[in-house]
Amino acid sequence: MRRPFVQELVALADADPRIVLLTGDLGYTVLEPFQERFPDRFINAGISEQNMMGMATGLAEAGMRPFVYSIAPFVVLRPYEFFRNGAVLQRLPVCIVGVGGGVDYSHEGGTHFSLEDIAVLRPFETVRIVVPADIDDAVIATRVVAAHEGPSYLRLGKDEQWRMMGPPLSTDLAPRSIREGSDALLLCLGPMVRAGLAAADILADEGYSAGVAVVSSFNAGDDDALADLIASYSHAFTIEAHFRVGALGSRAAEVIAERGLPTSLTRCGFSSELDGRSGSVAWWMDRANMSPAALASQVMGRVS
Amino acid sequence: MVHSHASWSLARGVTRGFEEIEYMSRDSDQLEAAARRVRRRIVDAAKRAGVGHIGSALSVADILTVIYGAVLQGDAPDEASRDRFVLSKGHAATALYAALVERGWLTDEDLLGYCADGSILATHPERVIRGVDFSSGSLGHGLSIGTGSALAAAMQGSPRRTYVLLSDAECDSGSTWEAALFAGHHRLSSLTAIVDVNGQQALGYTSDVLDLEPLADKWHAFGWTVLDLDGHSVAALEDALARRNTDRPTVVLARTRLGRGVSFMEGLIKWHYWPLSDEEYKQAVEEIEEGLR
Repeated sequence: MRRPFVQELVALADADPRIVLLTGDLGYTVLEPFQERFPDRFINAGISEQNMMGMATGLAEAGMRPFVYSIAPFVVLRPYEFFRNGAVLQRLPVCIVGVGGGVDYSHEGGTHFSLEDIAVLRPFETVRIVVPADIDDAVIATRVVAAHEGPSYLRLGKDEQWRMMGPPLSTDLAPRSIREGSDALLLCLGPMVRAGLAAADILADEGYSAGVAVVSSFNAGDDDALADLIASYSHAFTIEAHFRVGALGSRAAEVIAERGLPTSLTRCGFSSELDGRSGSVAWWMDRANMSPAALASQVMGRVS
Repeated sequence: MVHSHASWSLARGVTRGFEEIEYMSRDSDQLEAAARRVRRRIVDAAKRAGVGHIGSALSVADILTVIYGAVLQGDAPDEASRDRFVLSKGHAATALYAALVERGWLTDEDLLGYCADGSILATHPERVIRGVDFSSGSLGHGLSIGTGSALAAAMQGSPRRTYVLLSDAECDSGSTWEAALFAGHHRLSSLTAIVDVNGQQALGYTSDVLDLEPLADKWHAFGWTVLDLDGHSVAALEDALARRNTDRPTVVLARTRLGRGVSFMEGLIKWHYWPLSDEEYKQAVEEIEEGLR
């Protein structure tokens, strides 16, 4: 998703001279199209994410639109307080672009994972969080955050190929129903919809009817559409490349509890107990019980 | 990664020089009188609200008086081309509010609401206040904001300048040096940092907590021009802040005393926190008024 993001940012920056791109010395073979076209609006801040985020505040106050890019944990967690006291407290249009949401940097190990980014940003209701499901979503998501008048977070996956081929992300960032079903709802965060769809296929072969929906945003409006989706099923499963606490599963639980919905909830996600082992994304998903087969198995256990 | 070169950066430049900027020249007597009024407002506001941070505010009263009285360009606080100011040591907000009254962007009536329920004037400044460019309060944050502000001016081709007032203890913070490295590397000459070197921090003397000296050498090593002066001399401050290098950022090491202007506060760490008793307030006002005459 990094390449469609950069391609779209270049197109937007052509028309909007306020757009600037800062990076914490990352983005090799990705950011060059922006750097080559706008050498005066490209800033390599070096490995100094606090200064990078602090500078974004100064740039935004002066009327610019800073996009602050790095691997997700380095640009969300390291300068977190600088974002909180900068763009959030002072209501400035700074966009954090975090690459590798979840465990996309699988072999790089725990330091490179981003499994709590949404949990720490979601409490700021003014921070619009966008999690594109695929490369087509990434283009629209880039437009949406560029047009947003406040702070935002764009959580990009590393997959540069897969297309969901479903309804496109709408600019209001509402949840999308991808497949109708009757036994259970697989409510997927961004790119996890791929696993959700594969699980639904397995379930169909086993005689179960699973609906699949994708959530691609937080803090983008009320939860009415999400509540309607959940309420039409007896069982809902949230599926996300995030710790089980703080993101989509927690949000679904809040919606169900506050609105008294008659839907049971199973939160699928990562445990925060990492043990130093590493492997491919598929290995990680399997370990977190979120491979398509593991998801299908959980649904069958809950529904029958 | 390609190595194209941004036109706003002087990273590979070799020029050296400085220029005098135009400023609102005021004689030192006027500025000294203004500084006393600023001090009076600081102790009045702190006493009314029953809060501390008095010593830290008095420490920078002269610096803020000169910045708002003779240095910052701009007719209105919402003018895009105005100079910017970051009070990185946000706990000296009363000094900033008092200087904004001198500037005419706040009023003495506004100060009556200091720390009242629902007031926007708290012990650390917020951007919603007329004349406050940036919210602050978490130490070590301000120089990076100011660096971004100076970077924006360079990218936009604007002659506006950015001033950041830091406490010396903020030089404990790694993020201060991240910003110093960036501004020094790119030679952001429109950026001036003023370090309030009063030698004290919340729990002790800086020389005991984390020794910062030789401080001038540190800034110099990061590519900054260093001016070392008496931070209570309005004439010296005015001269220093009216001058800037054209090829690198400037740091003014302003040697000050915590609580300056009130004898029983000077140099005592408790006045980083302590509020004033009735007796102490009376004496503080007398000493400041004495200076006013």
